Amino acid sequence: MKEHHNHAVQRILIALSAVFLTVMLIFPLVYVIVTAFREGIAPYWNAVTDEYAVKSILLTVQVTVITVVFNTVFGLFAAWTITKFRFRGKKIISTLIDLPLTVSPIIAGLIFVLTFGRQSALYPFLQNAGIKIIYAVPGIVLATIFVTFPFVSREIIPVLTAAGSSEEEAAALMGANGFTIFRRVTFPHIKWALLYGIVLCTARAMGEFGAVSVLSGHLRGKTNTMPLYVELLYQGYDFTGAFAISSILVVMAIAVLVLRSILEYRGKKSEEQS
Amino acid sequence: MSYYVEMRDVNKHFGSFQASKNINFGIERGKLIGLLGPSGSGKTTILRMLAGLETADSGDIIIDGKIVNDVPASRRGIGFVFQNYALFRYLTVYENIAFGLKVQKWSKQDIKNRVEEMLELVGLAGLGNRYPNQLSGGQRQRVAFARALAPQPQLLLLDEPFAAVDAKVRQELRNWLREMIRTVGVTSIFVTHDQDEAIEVADEIIITNHGQIEQIGTPTEIYKHPTTPFVAQFIGQSSIIEDFSRFKGFQNVKNAQRAVVRPEYISVTKQGEPLKYPITVEQGVVEQSLFRGNEMELKIRVKGTQLTAKRLLDEAPIAVGETVNVFIYRMYAFDETNAYVVENVSLSSPDSIVI
Repeated sequence: MKEHHNHAVQRILIALSAVFLTVMLIFPLVYVIVTAFREGIAPYWNAVTDEYAVKSILLTVQVTVITVVFNTVFGLFAAWTITKFRFRGKKIISTLIDLPLTVSPIIAGLIFVLTFGRQSALYPFLQNAGIKIIYAVPGIVLATIFVTFPFVSREIIPVLTAAGSSEEEAAALMGANGFTIFRRVTFPHIKWALLYGIVLCTARAMGEFGAVSVLSGHLRGKTNTMPLYVELLYQGYDFTGAFAISSILVVMAIAVLVLRSILEYRGKKSEEQS
Repeated sequence: MSYYVEMRDVNKHFGSFQASKNINFGIERGKLIGLLGPSGSGKTTILRMLAGLETADSGDIIIDGKIVNDVPASRRGIGFVFQNYALFRYLTVYENIAFGLKVQKWSKQDIKNRVEEMLELVGLAGLGNRYPNQLSGGQRQRVAFARALAPQPQLLLLDEPFAAVDAKVRQELRNWLREMIRTVGVTSIFVTHDQDEAIEVADEIIITNHGQIEQIGTPTEIYKHPTTPFVAQFIGQSSIIEDFSRFKGFQNVKNAQRAVVRPEYISVTKQGEPLKYPITVEQGVVEQSLFRGNEMELKIRVKGTQLTAKRLLDEAPIAVGETVNVFIYRMYAFDETNAYVVENVSLSSPDSIVI
């Protein structure tokens, strides 16, 4: 009787999840692809190979690569610091790392405008040094880094916490230096979590809109990333163009998801082995 | 006398908690020392300070005649076996043991010879290619031991080395470890909360409580002559007796009120069985009788105090509710600061036997 009951509950829950996912995710994704090809292959191809479209794609790739490299290094340092040392203010740092997840991206963008814009005390120095941040690529990179910086560290911290520090202590007692300890003892632990964090960070960096929108200035071909370019086309009633670029973002996102699943699978397998 | 390892007036706080209070002790070269105490008594902190994993707030730590306070853990040349072994999960047994040697830049051939020698020594020859999770608890312990000893440290520290293995393996490992340490001849200190373990394995025991050292001595000294109230109560399976001069044979002891008595100092006889010292025997009622496998454990109420005693299985069985004769050979009387042995007067005055 109870078995039967559980069975029913299980089926209902599965059905609900399936319906929800279909309506919320699969259907919109399919719709993006369908709309992109509504007028046939040629208009799609034209939209995608448009000079500004290509530039936006390249810019997005460029920003994403810089962001991911920066955040990987930062994430590793932050996670290491938080899990391996005892110090005052550790809780504050740990909380601050999560800040980008709670602050609206628009606010994040505005913070940078205030920090580096004309009204800022830093502005004259930047001007003298010839550094342009606002309405330029560095601003976009900064905003993207800000929005995505918790991803890598948040993936690694739980793994490092669970692993404890006795293996590192054991290595240190045998005279190993910090780099050797990291390479031979710590890194194997966090390898999969790190890759997973990088993948999440990549996905988020590619799609970032809010903060980037405030900082970019929407200069076509110069500071327009893919999401911004999609919005621009959409506002101009170029639905085929907007959905065509979107479809590329979607394909990139799906590629990242597939990569994620592969990583997860291999990570689990290696965990079972070890 | 010159000590190999010494702590002088060492103090350590964690925030407002004082983990070590004026720790002073010295250990001779080649000895096997047990650091024994209840959880939270500061024994692991002492071990970690020796290793350099914690720094003392004040005082000196001396190893081989040199003050090592400012020497980092990596340069102290100490072998350390962690409670959960802390084997490198992603390295094989061979790589685990070779780790310290590689760090010290031994030649490839030397590393190979040493690792194989160590594997042979701990009885794991042929298992070098396994990963730690493919080993049993006892085998992991042996790997941890081999890894700690491979770089030929002068001092070996072990943190609860038997805590993570089951009871049967633990017994086996204790004997094995003691033999192994004797063979290698390395000065060793191990932390434990298990008094049987400390008494069985160690040459000398340091007993800690509330961050302080209570007593240092050989297992026999600790067992037979506890010097503090804590040690008297902590060692053995002790029952506490208030106002012990009520008991026959102990009336003349004046300078203390409380005492502890251990089961091995109590002899229980049935009514009618012959008595060796009839004049100082007390009567008691058996309240509980527990089968302990190799013996019977009896809880007997004597003059309002419950005592624990043992009886062999081949002796005549005693039932719950039965009134028995109880003879107490020895107690450990203690006041606020000291503990000392008091013996039943019958043992020292032969007259009482005649009467």
